[in-house]
Amino acid sequence: MNKKSDDRLLNWLDERFNISPFLDFMKHKQVPIHKHSVWYYMGGVALFLFMVQVLTGILLLLYYQPGVDSSYESIRFIVTKVNFGWLIRSLHSWSANLLVLFIFIHMFSTFFTGAFKNPRELTWLSGFILLALALGFGFSGYLLPWNELAFFATKVGTDITGAVPLVGKAIKIFLRGSEDVTGGTLLRFYAFHVAIIPAIFTFVLSVHLLFIQRQGMHEPDFYKKLPREKQKTIAFFPDFFLKDILLWLIVLNILLFLAVFFPWDIGIKADPFASAPQGIRPEWYFMFMFQTLKLLPAHILFIEGEIVGVLMFGVGGVAWMLLPFWAGKINAQIRTRVLTTLGLLVVAFILVMTIIGYVM
Amino acid sequence: MSINRRNFLNIFLGTGFLGWVGSILYPLISYLIPPKVSEAKIQSVKAGIAADFPSNSGKIIKFGRKPVILIKTNKNKFVALSATCTHLDCIVRYRADTNQILCACHNGLYDLKGRNISGPPPRPLTAFNVNILNEEIIISKPSEMS
Amino acid sequence: MSVLKLQPYKIFTVLITGMVLLGPGLVSGEKQLAYTSNTCLACHKDEEVLPEDFFKQDIHFISGILCADCHGGDSAEEDEELAMSARRGFTGVPSKRQIPAFCGKCHSKIEYMRVYRPRIATDQVQQYLQSVHGKKLGQGDEKVADCTSCHSAHRILPASDPRSSTHALNVPQTCKKCHSNSIYMKEYNIPTDQFEQYAKSVHGMALMDKGDLASPACNDCHGNHGATPPGLESISHVCGTCHLNNMQYFSDSKMGEAFVEQKLHGCEECHGNHGIQSTSDNLLGIGEKAICMNCHEQGDDGYITADALHKMLRRVVSLYDSAKVKRNKVQQIGMDDIEIGFLLQEAKQSIVQARTLIHTFDTVKVGQKTAEGYKKTKQAVILADNTINDFYVRRYGFGAATFFITILIVALFFKIREIDKQKRA
Repeated sequence: MNKKSDDRLLNWLDERFNISPFLDFMKHKQVPIHKHSVWYYMGGVALFLFMVQVLTGILLLLYYQPGVDSSYESIRFIVTKVNFGWLIRSLHSWSANLLVLFIFIHMFSTFFTGAFKNPRELTWLSGFILLALALGFGFSGYLLPWNELAFFATKVGTDITGAVPLVGKAIKIFLRGSEDVTGGTLLRFYAFHVAIIPAIFTFVLSVHLLFIQRQGMHEPDFYKKLPREKQKTIAFFPDFFLKDILLWLIVLNILLFLAVFFPWDIGIKADPFASAPQGIRPEWYFMFMFQTLKLLPAHILFIEGEIVGVLMFGVGGVAWMLLPFWAGKINAQIRTRVLTTLGLLVVAFILVMTIIGYVM
Repeated sequence: MSINRRNFLNIFLGTGFLGWVGSILYPLISYLIPPKVSEAKIQSVKAGIAADFPSNSGKIIKFGRKPVILIKTNKNKFVALSATCTHLDCIVRYRADTNQILCACHNGLYDLKGRNISGPPPRPLTAFNVNILNEEIIISKPSEMS
Repeated sequence: MSVLKLQPYKIFTVLITGMVLLGPGLVSGEKQLAYTSNTCLACHKDEEVLPEDFFKQDIHFISGILCADCHGGDSAEEDEELAMSARRGFTGVPSKRQIPAFCGKCHSKIEYMRVYRPRIATDQVQQYLQSVHGKKLGQGDEKVADCTSCHSAHRILPASDPRSSTHALNVPQTCKKCHSNSIYMKEYNIPTDQFEQYAKSVHGMALMDKGDLASPACNDCHGNHGATPPGLESISHVCGTCHLNNMQYFSDSKMGEAFVEQKLHGCEECHGNHGIQSTSDNLLGIGEKAICMNCHEQGDDGYITADALHKMLRRVVSLYDSAKVKRNKVQQIGMDDIEIGFLLQEAKQSIVQARTLIHTFDTVKVGQKTAEGYKKTKQAVILADNTINDFYVRRYGFGAATFFITILIVALFFKIREIDKQKRA
């Protein structure tokens, strides 16, 4: 009986929207099964965390009041007076951190499995943009509680953009909305965080997902070399999809655990005229850049160390973004080895700098 | 057996799903229910029925984080002032016999306008607005301060 | 009538004088008219022999008191000789010894003064003659302060005017002119470091650094016209004019009686005078900084009381300090701290009152207050602990949610396996 009514609904929809090609596509879509299959799920987890962010973010919007006099107070209000406000706020913070983490994992897994290569250049490119936007989310969202730590971290963070040659000063003023970090900066970051970045992010994310659906899952080289009958696959729907859901539930559980057992505090209200407190540090995902800039000498060949650092990260970032376009030009015989070494170096650099940043 | 097992699994799955929906919806819906204090910044407080307030007396009202002293003078006028003494933050009280506001810690005296008139207080007490709306006393922050 | 008699050049002089005076002084309009016929000023101005400290905002000048009203003579007379002749009552510059009476001509006359200042006192000269300054002047000492030493002669402004030498903010500087000059003060055998001490004291800093007019200047304790060091009995009254409770408690205490008997200087004995510092709890008790130990010895009653009082106070204060730390923690983790804040405010009030009650030296009274404060603080601590606990107890709710999610995870896991099996079959 259930089956029948399902069919009738599908027919009704199909008559109007011609959805059967889409259903066929979903039914016939296969996901390869091999020893590295687990990495296929990372993007999905990131997607799930993004959905959590959207939901909790909208909920926070109901009570949050941006403004120098109201931001901190409204966050305090949310976590003290609103039912489960503390949970929603803690979830939003934790999920944000996990989201960035999973985007990183997702990116490096596609890097090491070579999934970024032809024909998936644009998927990689859009993915990189999503990473940049997620970092933008984190950076802008960090300031919104208007607490001491966030205030000074934003000050330092926006200061660094000032080191970019030529346009740095303009970018800095654009970000801050004035010469200094003020209430204007708060409003600006609020607009970035709840309107501008979400709009762009949603668009790029749709494109990213569309690319993936059109091209199907990437098959690693060793899998392609297997004889046809040994290439195991599972159907995307429902098998892969259910496994995705299963993992999402596990992540949700972990998220709840973190949000409840390690709730985020709200700190001390920012006082723009107070002197900077000890140990200002950015969020962990900016730590490696922050630490590198700190370790650079004041001057490198007559150029300010900070400018060199910023340029280095700029060039490195662009090169990383355009990876699929130049990686193919490396001699095919050593390509894998070169890329793997490069990837390991990047990961090692990020890890070492992050650890130094927290230990020192 | 297989059918039984599948039925059992489906029930299991259904319960889990319903429980999951519940454990998401419960916090979600409670979150949406407006809390008693509907805003982060307290702008005004209700302080009871005007007629029930005894004449020539004072009462401490909690205005957010700050105590406010509400006084009904012997001419039945309402006055609300910050209740924190400007000397060492003690809470002031109303002296019905002299119609003054007294801080018992160091004998600081204020008049009914909040002006420090004797003793150690260095500054007057901040005044709050008092309005009577439908018989109810409403204390609010002076507008230039908000 | 007299106007008609005036010769043209005289009219001219009068007009010019009037214009000079009226021009800048339009504010005080009519009063200036008095000077249109003030020949003293006209000549003294032309010949530049005005008094050194002549100031247009001088209160007498503004109020229309003419030169002649103090110095005698005839300000309407054109002839210099005649105008300043003894026949017209000219007295000229008074000698130092004449000054009090010179000012007193008007200032001691209530029927004269109330025309100008209905609320002004008229006992200044009388007070002055009682003061150390006044008595010494009477004995012929011409170094002491007369009226003009503090008020100036022709630059007198009401004490309420911040430009005045007698305005509260300027009084310390005014007294300092003589009293900090060790050479000038040599023959009097009194210290000259009062200003230096005062400037570093709690009162001096409040007045001179922060501009807090509620803080006492020299004259608030010593009096102004009747300037005298406060005596043994009056010292606590002097301090008590502002520190009412402390004075009352102290003078009602056993210690207060004993002080009077032994001729000790009340408040000053422990707190000092010009260099008085902010108090701290360590001034009490038997520690190194404790003042009690200046007189009391180990084992005597005072020693025991001091120790007991100090311990009571410390007990509540240290709990209060830890409660404040807890409250900050509650605030930082994002829990409701408003009630804790109110409790702590009440506790602080008890502590403040206990600190004042120290002056009763009564362990029972102080004990009651500190116990009250302790109780409130304890309540705050418990509430803070509970709140911090609640912050972590929330995890129990997580148990319920995680239970269902786990069921779902497990069920889903088996479902997936089942689908797998079906496929293979």
